Amino acid sequence: MSEAVTAEGSQTQTIRPRERRLAGFWRRFKRNRLALVGLVIVGIMLLTAALAPLIAPSDPQAQDYALTLQPPGVGGLMGTDSLGGDVFSRVVFGARISLISSLISVGIALLIGVPVGLTAGYFRGIWDEWIVMRVVDSLQAFPFLILALVIAAILGGGLGYAMIAIGIGFIPAFVRITRAQVLTVRSLDYVDAARAIGTGHVGIMLRHVLPNSLPPLLVQTTLAVGYAIIAEATLSFLGLGAEPGQPSWGSMLFQAQSYLTTAWWMAFFPGMAIFFAVLGFNLLGDGVREALDPRTYD
Amino acid sequence: MSEAATGNGQNGSLDGHAGENLLELKNLKMHFPIKAGVLRRTVGHVKAVDGVNLEIRKGETLGLVGESGCGKSTLARLVLRLLEPTEGEVLFEGEDILGYDRKRMLGVRRNMQIIFQDPYASLNPRMSVGNIIAEPLKTHHVSEGSERKKRVQELLEVVGLSPEHYNRYPHEFSGGQRQRIGVARAIALNPRLIICDEPVSALDVSIQAQVVNLLEDLQKEFDLTYVFIAHDLSVVKHISDRVAVMYLGKIVEVADRKDLYANPRHPYTASLLSAIPVPDPRKERERQRVVLTGDVPSPANPPSGCPFHTRCPRAQDYCKKNTPPLELQGTPQDGENHLAACFFPVKEGQRIEEAATSTPYRVE
Repeated sequence: MSEAVTAEGSQTQTIRPRERRLAGFWRRFKRNRLALVGLVIVGIMLLTAALAPLIAPSDPQAQDYALTLQPPGVGGLMGTDSLGGDVFSRVVFGARISLISSLISVGIALLIGVPVGLTAGYFRGIWDEWIVMRVVDSLQAFPFLILALVIAAILGGGLGYAMIAIGIGFIPAFVRITRAQVLTVRSLDYVDAARAIGTGHVGIMLRHVLPNSLPPLLVQTTLAVGYAIIAEATLSFLGLGAEPGQPSWGSMLFQAQSYLTTAWWMAFFPGMAIFFAVLGFNLLGDGVREALDPRTYD
Repeated sequence: MSEAATGNGQNGSLDGHAGENLLELKNLKMHFPIKAGVLRRTVGHVKAVDGVNLEIRKGETLGLVGESGCGKSTLARLVLRLLEPTEGEVLFEGEDILGYDRKRMLGVRRNMQIIFQDPYASLNPRMSVGNIIAEPLKTHHVSEGSERKKRVQELLEVVGLSPEHYNRYPHEFSGGQRQRIGVARAIALNPRLIICDEPVSALDVSIQAQVVNLLEDLQKEFDLTYVFIAHDLSVVKHISDRVAVMYLGKIVEVADRKDLYANPRHPYTASLLSAIPVPDPRKERERQRVVLTGDVPSPANPPSGCPFHTRCPRAQDYCKKNTPPLELQGTPQDGENHLAACFFPVKEGQRIEEAATSTPYRVE
């Protein structure tokens, strides 16, 4: 649908090869200042996670009972926590845990949600209408966090289970978005053309339907990563995610609870880290969506 | 109106041509269920195609005309089994393909292709032109690697594009060029039959002629048979050997092109043709124009008897109760056959609204 508009719009222009299409995406993306800010934040976060051992001045798991609750400056850049751990090192390594856990949980949601939504939307029928959509509906009847909490509680504590729980919580949204997009694409003539040629269902789904259903999925994925960071922090804060010793932003907040009035830095820095990470992914997602929207084409 | 011919006329089959038919449709029906309520119960049917009998001869171009929504495109999709008909038979080279499994159907697909109306929706925007045209070759395991690429580039040239367009994407082309890509994809496997579903309706008039000419050239070169669906009567007149007129899911008239345009028998055809302006102003002033009143009735609830009686200037009470079969009109001259489904067909030189005989020629 949107492709038609695109094509019509570019008809007056001369040839625009594929590389130029990517360039066009980048050109529209960078017009959006906030999206660039998002990209920079996400970039910094990725670098921090990748280079954590080089950036962090000390072992994030190290404890020094002689140096507990030192304010920033005296006890390192961001002070020390109640067990004498270096808050800065923990925040730096926390980027790793946050990123990995959110990517894994979104990955789980993609891996299950997209194929289910794709087959449901493509084949329709009983599988789609009575099984997939009804299960999705009942899952979506619960607020996302409650759902993730219940699943995490059933599976047991630990970061691994938290990731699975968050991933399952995301599945309904991915199924819905994929299915809605597939429903639009599969009724287009080029799908009929492929069927007339004799291309099999798998070929049609992978070559025609899925590639043309991707843009909204891409946006959803970026936004979901931001949301997964919050979810992981929340579960860790509630004691259902990372163990207290692990340098996760959520569990750092959990640990800081009782020291909010006496040692603000324990909560402030991981809190800011969560804030910026989520902000970064949301801005990036918004920017990607806008750049993919044919109405922003010129 | 010989009784002897009626039996044959009813299923549109013509003795003399039976052996030459590439495609034959027998009582083909497509009724889409209308579902309503929480339980999704079927509360009715949209009779998009309602008992079509038609034959397409080898090497000919059969024009299929009709108003929007009369079931032309549905018929095209039924022939290719993109939709499974509710009832009826699709005979390709004498064999009913509706019962074919995937494997045997694949063989039929090699011989039967389609060109779509909308050149923007019919090409996958994320595939390069080369990959789009190569898809049929890939699916049917025809040629590999560089040989396949060569064949695709050859096809690009055949349809009037440049082989250098191989790596480009559909959005880089104009509507007419895109339609050429669609044509290249359709002829890639050397099919025998191509269903052209309004292939020029979406194009600029100047481009229409180019695409029509291309289709004609290809027909000569590759010995193709066309079913050419359109609502533009002049385009159909230009390209077709025979023309079938469709109304509300039924074929109401089939005849040789010249015969149909000169002597339309069915009042619907006659009124359609009366809408064509004549380039000669004097003749244009004298031209009789029949303006049909009302809209096409809903195919979910078609009128009783003759589907056209609600708008027909010649309709009698008899037409409301009885459904006219598609039958031979007049006497076949030189093997030409003119079929129409009307109790009071328009005779040569007659005005359309002129009431015919007060009783139908054939009262049961």
